[in-house]
Amino acid sequence: MINASNSNSENKVYYLDYQATTPCDPRVVEKMIPHFLENFGNPHSRNHAYGWKAEDAIEVARAQIAHLIGAGPKEIVFTSGATESNNLALKGVAQFYKETKNHIITTVTEHKCVLDTCRHLEEQGFEVTYLPVQKSGLIDLNELRQAITDKTVLVSILAVHNEIGVIQPLKEIGAICRERGVFFHTDAAQAAGKIPLNVEDMNIDLMSITGHKLYGPKGIGALYVRRRPRVRVLAQINGGGQERGMRSGTLPTPLCVGFGEACAIAEREMEKDNKHLKELHDRFMKTIFSSLTDIYLNGDAHMRYPGNINISFAFVEGEGLMMGLKDLAISSGSACTSASLEPSYVLRALGVGEDLAHTSLRIGFGRFTTIEEVDYAANRIISEVTRLREMSPLWEMAQEGIDITQIKWAEH
Amino acid sequence: MAYSEKVIDHYENPRNVGSFDKSEKDVGTGLVGAPACGDVMKLQIRVKDNIIEDAKFKTFGCGSAIASSSLLTEWVKGKSISEAMEIKNTDIAEHLALPPVKIHCSVLAEDAIRAAVKDYREKQTEE
Repeated sequence: MINASNSNSENKVYYLDYQATTPCDPRVVEKMIPHFLENFGNPHSRNHAYGWKAEDAIEVARAQIAHLIGAGPKEIVFTSGATESNNLALKGVAQFYKETKNHIITTVTEHKCVLDTCRHLEEQGFEVTYLPVQKSGLIDLNELRQAITDKTVLVSILAVHNEIGVIQPLKEIGAICRERGVFFHTDAAQAAGKIPLNVEDMNIDLMSITGHKLYGPKGIGALYVRRRPRVRVLAQINGGGQERGMRSGTLPTPLCVGFGEACAIAEREMEKDNKHLKELHDRFMKTIFSSLTDIYLNGDAHMRYPGNINISFAFVEGEGLMMGLKDLAISSGSACTSASLEPSYVLRALGVGEDLAHTSLRIGFGRFTTIEEVDYAANRIISEVTRLREMSPLWEMAQEGIDITQIKWAEH
Repeated sequence: MAYSEKVIDHYENPRNVGSFDKSEKDVGTGLVGAPACGDVMKLQIRVKDNIIEDAKFKTFGCGSAIASSSLLTEWVKGKSISEAMEIKNTDIAEHLALPPVKIHCSVLAEDAIRAAVKDYREKQTEE
């Protein structure tokens, strides 16, 4: 029997980093195994039953993935993951339509793989507008409207934010894009299988998704590419012409099958998963906010996915805090380990001060998180924040009524 | 990232955490770093007959910053002011086995002792 486990039994590290990745659902793994063993055929082999069987399994998976987002199976292109999907969407569309249009709109808080792809396109002569976000982390729809020109080919906006969990108004964005004749791409790596998505209702033309954020395997993702009205992308990987010529390469049958099954489970159990997450979220927030002062939730309090909690703990540096929480697998918004000493660009874009941006933690809950784990994490965080505040000169100054933002610090 | 055992020890059992009354004449206070950079150290020394009798610190920062300041308080205690001023950031970095990206924490500790001594000396020349 295969078990999904959140904790490493030797060192007992509680896994609360579901935005980084999720464990495979055991039901997914069980579906995958036969495709490593007896059904190992190349799905592109047209001459014998090994190939046909593999192809059949892949087509089932393709339909499961399509169904989750209200698309048709022929609109799903398998890739290696969301990074590749984002690359294919942005470069593929930009390069295909470059004779007539050369402008892309995205946001300053996109995932690095979108921002880096945009920088690459700028070097090739494309123009990119990076929309700012409001304090809530959400875009201003009027700014989007104003940014669209007759040269705009694509708007690319993250559905659920990986770092702060906010949900952008996809339906409104889709409506604006459709009205103005601009393609709408969304990076839904953190959204698919977590919140209801429908490419028809939301007028989404391209969508990136990945297996390992929704309890499927790593190394497999998909790009949804609308067929009516048709969206064209220039292939970035050339070869045998698989995936309707948009992405060559032999499909990894076990991964495709696992990804498909993960989508089917997510669709079936979305309501149950979300009810569970809401309960964990509310419980964690209540415990933390009733025990600590001077803490701030980053990102909109309502338009958010409950499995993602990003909090700034004023006067305690994030990396120092993480060191005291070695039994929790969580993530820090402080990038103090990088040579730049720059805190999270996402929190900075929200207008979170540099001092507070250095004090943030991201806590991620998922399908397999238990109430006991949430209580344990909350109590550990409370005691460690309290300990480090006793050691913090900034906390001491704040208790004496000194406003640390008014001090002239010698930045180094 | 992996921290050295010495960093972990100082982080988990910091020496000499606390504060002196900074208005006292025999106390020198150094406050260095900036919240925006993710590190602030406050180092205080109590001096008698040119000898650092006692030292205390408070630090906002990563484990290496906390360890650097904790170690510094241990090192300066019992030293004369001029001996304390000879402590180099490289000694701290070496003792704690700090990786290159954490060298700035030891630099900050060196700045802190210099700032505390400067504050103490300024107090002695007043009146």
